Amino acid sequence: MHTPPRTITADLAIIGTGLAGTAAAVFASNRNIACAIAGNTGALAYTTGYFDLLGFFDGRFVGDPWDALAKMQQTAPQHPLAGISPEDVHRAFTEFITFIGDNGITYSQPGSDNLRALTPAGTLKPTLCLPATMAKGVEAISRKAACTVFGFHGLKGFSANQIAANLQNGWPKIEARQIQFPTHLQGELYAEVAARSLEVPANRKLLARILDSEAGQSDYIGLPAILGIHRPDNILHDLEQLTGRRIFEIPTMPPSVPGIRLREMFEQQFPQRDIAMTPQQRIERLDFTGETIALHLKDNHGPIVISAKTALLATGRFLSGGLKARFDSIDEPLAGLPVHQPSSREQWYQNEYLDSRGHEIHQAGIECDASFRPLGKDGRVFDPRLFSAGIILAHQDWIRQRCGAGVAIATAYRAVQAVEDFLAE
Amino acid sequence: MATIETQVLIIGGGVTGAGIMRDLSLRGIHCILIEKKDLCAGASGGNHGLLHSGARYVSNDLQSAVECQAEGATLKSIAPHCIEETGGLFVGVEGDDESFAAAFPSLCSTAGIDCEEISSAAARELEPVLSDKLVSAFRVADATIDPFHLALENVAQATTACASNYMPYCRILRFDSANGRLQAAVCEDMRSGETFRIEALQFVNAGGAWAMNIASLAGCTDVHLLWSKGTLLISHDRITAHVINRLRPPGDGDILVPGGTVSVLGTTSVRVESIDNLRPTVEEVNANITEARAMIPSLEGIRYIRAFSRVRPLVQTITTGDDRNVARSFSLFEHSDCVDNFCTITGGKLTTYRLMAEKTADLVAARLGNTRPCTTHTTPLPDAASCKWTTPGASPRYWYSAKKPEDMILCECEMVPQSAIDEVIRHAPGAQKKISLEGIALRTRAGKGPCQGSFCGIRIASHLYDKKHYTDTTGLYHMRDFFSERFKGMRSVIWGRQMAQMELAEALHCGLLGLENLDASTS
Repeated sequence: MHTPPRTITADLAIIGTGLAGTAAAVFASNRNIACAIAGNTGALAYTTGYFDLLGFFDGRFVGDPWDALAKMQQTAPQHPLAGISPEDVHRAFTEFITFIGDNGITYSQPGSDNLRALTPAGTLKPTLCLPATMAKGVEAISRKAACTVFGFHGLKGFSANQIAANLQNGWPKIEARQIQFPTHLQGELYAEVAARSLEVPANRKLLARILDSEAGQSDYIGLPAILGIHRPDNILHDLEQLTGRRIFEIPTMPPSVPGIRLREMFEQQFPQRDIAMTPQQRIERLDFTGETIALHLKDNHGPIVISAKTALLATGRFLSGGLKARFDSIDEPLAGLPVHQPSSREQWYQNEYLDSRGHEIHQAGIECDASFRPLGKDGRVFDPRLFSAGIILAHQDWIRQRCGAGVAIATAYRAVQAVEDFLAE
Repeated sequence: MATIETQVLIIGGGVTGAGIMRDLSLRGIHCILIEKKDLCAGASGGNHGLLHSGARYVSNDLQSAVECQAEGATLKSIAPHCIEETGGLFVGVEGDDESFAAAFPSLCSTAGIDCEEISSAAARELEPVLSDKLVSAFRVADATIDPFHLALENVAQATTACASNYMPYCRILRFDSANGRLQAAVCEDMRSGETFRIEALQFVNAGGAWAMNIASLAGCTDVHLLWSKGTLLISHDRITAHVINRLRPPGDGDILVPGGTVSVLGTTSVRVESIDNLRPTVEEVNANITEARAMIPSLEGIRYIRAFSRVRPLVQTITTGDDRNVARSFSLFEHSDCVDNFCTITGGKLTTYRLMAEKTADLVAARLGNTRPCTTHTTPLPDAASCKWTTPGASPRYWYSAKKPEDMILCECEMVPQSAIDEVIRHAPGAQKKISLEGIALRTRAGKGPCQGSFCGIRIASHLYDKKHYTDTTGLYHMRDFFSERFKGMRSVIWGRQMAQMELAEALHCGLLGLENLDASTS
């Protein structure tokens, strides 16, 4: 049976529901731009929850990311962050974090220096902002405070012993305990399941009792990131009250709870803000031939067409399908945009995995004009109505430079500004 | 300097060295086997895993063909748990030399190798992925063998039989000699950096591609090897049930061998002047795929998870100096005019490793005055609990039957449970000292699946911290080295879905854990 497509109209259609796409929806909504958002979840479920801006550059640790950004305009002018003033980057972070915080997931405000936050291996990762549920970890390290890190039987890839063993040299008062999660009997414990269990106040009481009895004289308690899916700030507060200690989360291996929190919050909040969201569905085709741009997709109820005056491509890289690696070349599969890339597959990767220069393939991506409009084969703007944001952009290395969130949030901010200007004309 | 004593020191932990260790130990002779890396680090672990029927060599090396036929049958009887009797096909396609196909049955018959001609249609019924341009097909008794399982069982049996000892990460620095005899080998423990002496009555060089270098340490200059680099690919899925050989003289991309849930495609052959730090190149990977398409067109579009390169040692007879006379068969150098108690075994192939060990052990035993005969062809190879985990499917079978929910799967691609890791750490050959993630991966299927260890390396490290196997930053450095090593095999096959896999891996290893910058990430 043929079902006629449902049509959604918008001023801005955002393709991609990762960090860049959701940030763009927030910025557009704050500017009263009618927007629709659709596409794969992308790598959001893989995030630690940390929002980094620029943690490493040229293989070196970056202490002050603002200073590094300012210098980048000379040293790496093609980097997507080099085209945005540090002031705008700061505004972008603040605006995005305010939205998230208003909806129950408080983040620390962007500071003047990078924070050094804990990882599940017991190493430290530079980041600009982190969830309030993780903030006291940074505090505990800097004070070298008495701290007990807890792991749970059955939670794979998270060892409290590992975290303590790798940090004990500079932090003698860190200890480790392995305990049974109160509502878990045996077998594998999934972080998401544990987090949902802690939404129930009675389960928090059970956990608090164990933590309190096992934490000895520690002022701080470190836990894997399982403090609820919705309103984690409240759950943190409750557990701190129950134990009388300062508590922080440490990221787990993906899929991680902080990413699931963000995704579920956006899925709840966007419809209430009149943002038409069609999550977890791949856009099949883009049509630029009409007066508006048409996005063709399907959901469980049949075909959908999103018809919009402008579109923002925020489809990410290989993991989320924004870029495709063919046998010997890189494609952008949706709009067929030209992709800046190394000359041959032999050039994609260095010989050594951990080469401090990083791999050439990560610099591949979409090239844009100053308004974040992708360029076509002739070097001119591909379509004046099409914009792009996030890590699909060329000339950055989100992995090695620890700049994934920064590129996503800042380029979404500037792209939405450009959309606003375009719509005003 | 500490000194260890033994009757025989064997240098080189490939299947031949492990086989010599087993052979001598079964004759009651105590040995030490040293290896500068770990078991099967050279050509023994870097081949198709093909137990040859011998048909491959009927056209150009009759002696090897005959040896393979006999040894294949022997190994099937003594080590069935290391072997999958897949059967093999030789197939010719349009454009291949028809005279080669015409001569093939009689050449097989001369070598005593069973071969049955079947129609192209029958071949395609057996293996539907075969090309529709097939013009000839023969069935032979090819099989597959797991060289890691084989080497581990050889070492385990030697240890049980005669308390012989395997020492991984142990490098020979020099020999001490007097009066035309070697007295001791001065060695370095590559993990601690300590040097020590191993005194022995007899010394065996089973160094494979490195045999020429080891022989020259003993002052023997009569070993001349050519080095041929071969590159092979591992596919994400098993493509065929049988071993598939191209019916033509050996060339690039002409053998596809199943190995559990994957297939192995190869191989290229490139003469090289140096044998350390070889890696597969994009060009070699592409050459294999391009050639193999003729037999199996779908090999062009499938997902590959790994490529690897190893060096075949080809023994060059000093008299001719001509490449065309290079035999694929093995050579045993007695070195009698150089030193009295040293010999070198090299060349040959995985299928004939036991025969190579037998000939070497015969010489060594005679020199020691030991008259007990070889029993390795009749003594079954045991099936030790700590050695079985390299076999594809062994872990999931165990896990399902054990029904212990608390025994968690750490490698989800290959379903390796933590109990397997614990067993290997406690009991597997060569695991006596602090074993690394690479050492664990060699003794299990961990890291062999589509994610190539990028997730399970992290999970296993965490498990080992919980077990107090690691109590400091050693685990971080082991993770770093493990992922770097796995990457060498991934680099040339990263496209399609493997690119997404690799991006996720690097995001975890670098973006999250900071392994590319460990000194900055831990301080």
